[in-house]
Amino acid sequence: MSVAENQVAAGRGSARAVAILSSLGRFLVVAVTTYLGLLAVTFFIGRVIPIDPVLAVLGDRAPTAVVERTRREMGLDLPWIEQFYLYVKAALRGDFGTSVLTTNPVMADIRRVFPATIELATLGTIIGAVIGVPLGVLAAVKRGSLIDQIARVVGLIGYSVPIFWLGLLGLVLFYAKLQWIAFPARLDVVYEYTFTPITGFYLLDAAIQGQWDVFHDAWRHIVLPAALLGYLSLAYISRMTRSFMLNELAQEYIVAARAKGLSETRIIWGHALRNAAVPMVTVIALSYANLLEGSVLTETVFSWPGIGLYITNSLQNADMNAVLGGTIAIGSVFIAINLLSDLLYRLLDPRTKTG
Amino acid sequence: MSAETIQSRREWLLSDRPASRLQARLGRAYVAWRRFSANRLALVGMLIIIALVLVAALADVLAPYSATVGDLKNARLLPPSAAHWFGTDDLGRDIYSRIVYGARWTLYVVILVAIIAAPIGLLVGTVAGYAGGWTDTILMRITDIFLAFPKLVLALAFVAALGPGIENAVLAIAITSWPPYARIARAETLTVRNSDYIKAVQLMGASPFRIVLRHIMPLCISSLIIRVTLDMAGIILTAAGLGFLGLGAQPPLPEWGAMIASGRRFILDQWWVAAAPGAAILIVSLGFNLLGDGLRDALDPRSGDQ
Amino acid sequence: MNGDTLLEVDDLRVTFPTRTGIVQAVRGVSFSLGRERLGIVGESGSGKSQTGRAIMGLTPPQAEVSAKKLAFNGIDLLSISPRQRRSLRGNRIAMILQDPKYSLDPVMTIGRQIVETLRTHEKVSRAEARERALAMLQAVQIRDPARVFDLYPHEVSGGMGQRAMIAMMLITGPELMIADEPTSALDVTVQLDVLKILDKLVAERGMGLIFISHDLRLVSSFCDRVVVMYAGKVVEQIKASELRDAQHPYTRGLLNCMPRIGFERHPLPVLDRKPEWAA
Ligand SMILES: Nc1ncnc2c1ncn2[C@@H]1O[C@H](COP(=O)(O)OP(=O)(O)O)[C@@H](O)[C@H]1O
Ligand SMILES: [Mg+2]
Repeated sequence: MSVAENQVAAGRGSARAVAILSSLGRFLVVAVTTYLGLLAVTFFIGRVIPIDPVLAVLGDRAPTAVVERTRREMGLDLPWIEQFYLYVKAALRGDFGTSVLTTNPVMADIRRVFPATIELATLGTIIGAVIGVPLGVLAAVKRGSLIDQIARVVGLIGYSVPIFWLGLLGLVLFYAKLQWIAFPARLDVVYEYTFTPITGFYLLDAAIQGQWDVFHDAWRHIVLPAALLGYLSLAYISRMTRSFMLNELAQEYIVAARAKGLSETRIIWGHALRNAAVPMVTVIALSYANLLEGSVLTETVFSWPGIGLYITNSLQNADMNAVLGGTIAIGSVFIAINLLSDLLYRLLDPRTKTG
Repeated sequence: MSAETIQSRREWLLSDRPASRLQARLGRAYVAWRRFSANRLALVGMLIIIALVLVAALADVLAPYSATVGDLKNARLLPPSAAHWFGTDDLGRDIYSRIVYGARWTLYVVILVAIIAAPIGLLVGTVAGYAGGWTDTILMRITDIFLAFPKLVLALAFVAALGPGIENAVLAIAITSWPPYARIARAETLTVRNSDYIKAVQLMGASPFRIVLRHIMPLCISSLIIRVTLDMAGIILTAAGLGFLGLGAQPPLPEWGAMIASGRRFILDQWWVAAAPGAAILIVSLGFNLLGDGLRDALDPRSGDQ
Repeated sequence: MNGDTLLEVDDLRVTFPTRTGIVQAVRGVSFSLGRERLGIVGESGSGKSQTGRAIMGLTPPQAEVSAKKLAFNGIDLLSISPRQRRSLRGNRIAMILQDPKYSLDPVMTIGRQIVETLRTHEKVSRAEARERALAMLQAVQIRDPARVFDLYPHEVSGGMGQRAMIAMMLITGPELMIADEPTSALDVTVQLDVLKILDKLVAERGMGLIFISHDLRLVSSFCDRVVVMYAGKVVEQIKASELRDAQHPYTRGLLNCMPRIGFERHPLPVLDRKPEWAA
């Protein structure tokens, strides 16, 4: 080993620390500006677009005293920039105002409904990844074969189908005709009153408490919406997996692995996929974020009491605080996942570790 | 036309040494077309889109019934039959006729979103790429911020504030879909900014405004078209989603998403009310996706397998 | 040839069907090899790599390989099953690729990659495999094997990466080694080091070596015999020591293009190419 190499090795420790600090700094700048951007947009939607924001928040039947108080609370007589400052401060405290529809603080409502959405999106992503990754790998390995064609068609339809329509057709087939699944809701009415959730994820809660009848019931309610979201995520994940795998399989280290006498199985799953796994993490995270968003339509179809249904119900009742609070909630999680997946990518790839 | 003249025309198009700019351009277009037309699925996509345009244009001829007025007394919720191919809805309207007229609204949304969002993205991207420095940093930060937003939810919030309606839905979708175009335009600008060609134009004293408008923007068009085509399906699905939630087109407009929403109430017994418009959305989105994939592979061979 | 023949190649052909027609990358190459060092030279695109890969059985699936004879130690390589072929690869026939930057798996440590070759072909315990990998790293003159064992490929220099590659391919003790431009991607200063290591190991272990290069001088100083390829064909086979007396105008051209210290030449010689040589 040359002297220069030894020096590089010695200097690597501090260089690495600097690299980590600087990427952490960049990460913070990006996170803060993106979140401020989100708040700026919701501020614009809530305060600038409506002719009278108070009316938009309270509806037109509120008593004048309340209207006046709200006007003062929202700081509508202040300049825009100060209003925005107050708005950001309130949002950071988790104060999105009160919902006209439920009369609760919007934040309390969001806390209540979010677990349902997370449960649905998580299950959907698991389904999408468990099927999508192997499908994409096979499509890449057997390029041009029947399985590649099938993966392609499955993916294209997933990109093209209106999810709410597929959900409705699914209900007709699996609920009305075949009776394999339960009606649109989260639990049967019987259990709604006897079951006490702990985490808010019903499948998990039922399993923890050993209430397998509840688990089974919860499963019968979640399986179709989760499968639909899983399909969307599968379409995306399998397509990206295929493309990453084709890229990896064309690399020289694959030739070297063959020259070593490794089996194709080992080359594909042990080398190519391991390399593709680094960008795949980002893809799966993005797909998860997309499912959170896609929950708006799916939850409406399946009367799934999550944040999506909360937003659409509020929309129908012109409950602007709730709509914007829900938007910020989904937006924040969406942004966080986006940023974290980027960070995770850096952590997973040994090439970026040393900066 | 004899086989010989066809042959010589092909040679003219494929010449290594085009004599004029027109010949070079036509030659490139011909090569791209050959690659595109070798892709059967892309041709299917193109046929679907042509069919959509034709149906929209000839709706008055193709639709046997009115799209908005139905026969409430005799024709409510009829199953598909020879008289009503896709059945009738709860107001006794012929679903087939409504779908035919709905093609117009689909095209309306797609085209409007494209002609609002693409120029915004083009402007932001070329200016950022050409100006560089702080302008670039700030514009791209804004672009990235918008890229990090959940599009559908944001569009929902916009429509909630603007009020429901198809124009507002178009606006909301356009506002959330320009960022990718800005990124593409910027990337293309960066590749040509320091070329000898642009240097020469600068030396001739052209203003930055003129350079961006006349010399850089045209170079971004082809990659932008591919991306817009690929996005069309997403736009259609978002618009249909807004329609389904009651935020897009309002009754009695025969918009496909709204038609699914109105069929939802009868879905378990009269499934056809919602089935046909959804199938129409699926086919048209599929068409755009196939066409977009084909265009990308034909015009941008680098990304052949992506 | 005597009983010591390691590899016999007779009329080897490799063809690629492409959109624009059939590409004949290798067009009837014949040579045989004992426990010696054979150089294959030729300009870029002359079919050297495809020849090496055909012997390894690493030709891309769409291509077609044919030969009157392609035998390793008497084993007919073209008639054995893919599984048997694989058990030869990395075990009895090994190959070193050009650029360690691309030919080592970027997300696997160097040590694991070496151990992987060994454990694919021999039933050895984890601990023993590690011991042997460390010894092999020592043998390619890496001073701190235990540290390098746990490094990722991007953390080492090109010279070190190529040594790791050699270690990875030699750990099973192959009888035949194909080195495809093993030093072309390296800095000039480390090229010689790597070559010396390769030379020493080949000599010590009594392996046969096929050394592929576009650099005739390197080949002539390093090998016993030289095969000169042009457009997929062998145009001349010659002992390295007799290279000065080469007959074929293409070989002479390659020789003339080698710069020599002390001679200033104007204009720089241009390599002559005649279609009839490829015929
Ligand atoms: N996958 C392939 N498809 C078509 N032609 C190929 C392919 N790989 C190699 N070739 C052709 O084979 C010929 C020989 O290539 P190669 O053996 O790599 O040359 P060398 O190693 O001597 O530079 C080249 O002309 C190249 O164009
Ligand atoms: Mg080569």
